[in-house]
Amino acid sequence: MADPLLKLDGLTKAYPGVVANDGVSFQIMPGEVHALLGENGAGKSTLVKMIYGLVKPDAGKMSMRGATYEPATPHAARASGVAMVFQHFSLFDALNVAENVALGMENPPKPRQLARRIREVSETYGLPLDPDRLVGDLSAGERQRVEIIRCLLQDPKLLIMDEPTSVLTPQEVDILFETLRKLQSEGTSILYISHKLEEIRALCDGATILRLGKVVGTCDPKATSAREMAELMVGTALHTPSREEKAPGEVVLKMTDLSVKSANPFGTSLKNVNLTVQAGEVVGIGGVAGNGQDELLAALSGEARVADAAVTLNGQPIGALGPNARRKLGLLAAPEERLGHAAAPDMSLTENALLTGAVREGLVSNGFLKWADAKSFAETIIEKFDVRTPGPENAARSLSGGNLQKFVIGREILQRPVCLVVNQPTWGVDASAAAAIRQALLDLAENGAALVVISQDLDELMEISDRFAALNEGRLSEPRPAKGLTVDEIGLMMGGAHDMEVAHVDG
Amino acid sequence: MDLSTINPAILLASLMIASTPILLAAIGELVAEKSGVLNLGVEGMMITGAICGFIAAVETGSPTMGFLAAAVGGAVLSMTFGILTQFFLSNQVATGLALTLFGLGLSSLMGQSYVGLKPPPVGDINFGPLADIPFLGRVLFQHDAMVYVSILIVAAVWAFLKFTRAGLILRAVGESHGAAHALGYKVVAVRLAAIAFGGACAGLGGAYLSLVRVPQWTEGMTAGAGWIALAIVVFGSWKPWRVLIGAYLFGGVTVLQLNLQAAGVEVPVEYLSMSPYLITILVLVIMSSGRGRAALNAPASLGRTFHASS
Repeated sequence: MADPLLKLDGLTKAYPGVVANDGVSFQIMPGEVHALLGENGAGKSTLVKMIYGLVKPDAGKMSMRGATYEPATPHAARASGVAMVFQHFSLFDALNVAENVALGMENPPKPRQLARRIREVSETYGLPLDPDRLVGDLSAGERQRVEIIRCLLQDPKLLIMDEPTSVLTPQEVDILFETLRKLQSEGTSILYISHKLEEIRALCDGATILRLGKVVGTCDPKATSAREMAELMVGTALHTPSREEKAPGEVVLKMTDLSVKSANPFGTSLKNVNLTVQAGEVVGIGGVAGNGQDELLAALSGEARVADAAVTLNGQPIGALGPNARRKLGLLAAPEERLGHAAAPDMSLTENALLTGAVREGLVSNGFLKWADAKSFAETIIEKFDVRTPGPENAARSLSGGNLQKFVIGREILQRPVCLVVNQPTWGVDASAAAAIRQALLDLAENGAALVVISQDLDELMEISDRFAALNEGRLSEPRPAKGLTVDEIGLMMGGAHDMEVAHVDG
Repeated sequence: MDLSTINPAILLASLMIASTPILLAAIGELVAEKSGVLNLGVEGMMITGAICGFIAAVETGSPTMGFLAAAVGGAVLSMTFGILTQFFLSNQVATGLALTLFGLGLSSLMGQSYVGLKPPPVGDINFGPLADIPFLGRVLFQHDAMVYVSILIVAAVWAFLKFTRAGLILRAVGESHGAAHALGYKVVAVRLAAIAFGGACAGLGGAYLSLVRVPQWTEGMTAGAGWIALAIVVFGSWKPWRVLIGAYLFGGVTVLQLNLQAAGVEVPVEYLSMSPYLITILVLVIMSSGRGRAALNAPASLGRTFHASS
């Protein structure tokens, strides 16, 4: 048997109050696609940061091809042939593609040569890119190509990919996999991080599973079922949300030719969106990030004002009303960004509960705050939604992502909305908490509320929606019943593979 | 009123002199802001540079030493801002304001025994026959070295930001410090260097006031020039050549309104005095309108505190 390309031996890294990695050992063979599996907070990101030289391990050794490997900086890691595609893109919006690529290289060639190389490599791997375009104008899929091209230009021996498919349409995922298989056939090893188990089964040769910083198992993904892997990750049996079938009621929310100009210079404006949502119905809205999701949420929550008749609630035009007036009528919203949008990070949970609950829960009288009522409202949220925190006086910032998400969703649900709009309700939330949030949303619909769920997680949307529509460049597709939709059909609704093409495997 | 007393050649020539302090301060601040640091202490660094340069020039008798000392003084003062904001993560706006107040106080303390002295004169560069060209010679070729140095600095900053890898890294740091850190660039080091450059340039600008433009030391002699430099950077959309236009425009209107005052134009003096500020801001606002593009050119991480959490 050949020597492993990269061998990790007992890597440990502790942060104040938490051990992110505890004695992690595994190895990657040359030309192997190795999966690193785990819930959010299992320590995957810390581990790859150590391999990429961003974080120094407290204990443990790494070796590459038998020699000690101790990268002090990402420059050293890149010099040893390690390249990384980041989960949250490490790109610069205001710079063009070539400049972005140059920043990720050790010794970039002259700009003109670099532009030529970018064109060559991107053609070879079926990821066409124009080196002169501003990155801020690219779609999420194209931005990822920039990251991948940046890595490929350095002939990496080991390519680390941190959740690369979370922003891609199914067709784009297929093309990405072709590219990765071509790389693999050329002898490049890939460390692939994801929690999408079917993808891992399709792509990877080996898998290491992390839970709470420790290796809890290894498996051959091709021979293990997705459910078994999921249970290894979570450590318990999974609960699948369920509900009874029910005929939807009256039309609650109606959008007619809704157009919104984006407030963000790199954002996508909404173009003539039409949609009706009935009582007791969940409408799932999919689409690759940055295709108008934020703008749709803003238009519904009241942050962006539109023509009065463009949005109606129970027949009443509300397009020109602000968020508080809409809340009063029963249209509530929970935006995607938890810190700074859905919650004020440095304010306590009580204060955060007050911020959106004041109107519907009657937490204000004559301009004065009713602290006792606000506190008990916050305590109710914490109790009903199993938010893990010492108490409502803690700052929102101190909660983990999943717990804060439970809090902000719970806060809206407990206000008995007539219509609830949520964006990415389970983003960055572990599987069991995600299941709880989905169940709560379904229960809400059961009780007659109309729900709009915007998400990039197609599995989630298929699980809870009655009807499905996709946003693509600010346009909303015709909604279709979610039952029986195939992945291919969804992909086409999301805009297909844009202009990507399959890698020229013989290239 | 006698407008014929205004000589266009002398007007244009004194425009360049009047603009140079602001131009120097603004181009330094542009570099700092391009790296994502909003340093509101320009005024304080200018006046500290003015007194450091003045003291050094008087003591050594050499204006060159004066300008060197001014650059060093401005850079040293800017490092207090750098250390506070980059290591102790203090708020950039508050720290910058404090730096201005501190600089004003420090300079008047240092300058107590220098009031009323005359600095050694700064000679004009001899361009030989070029200086004798009618009109143009007077406007362009009869100045001291710092006027040309300031223009060279603008050109160098423009080329540095546009063509060099170091300039690209600096822009990247200002654009997204998180991403730059993830790629392994030293965000704090880059920013400290940019702050120091900004401080040195502001110091030079201040010394130009105390050694050439006025030339003597008086307390608070910068009189808001640092704030105008800050405004010029923003309204010039962080572009070196636009900053040059903005500074020259401001200098030009200042000189013109002084001439108009001297010629006895029947407009209240107050209106004339405010005209440079109004006209400069107006013109630059119009130039940078078309919001989308100007917004794009603003460094996205400007004024945000960076802390490597990993």
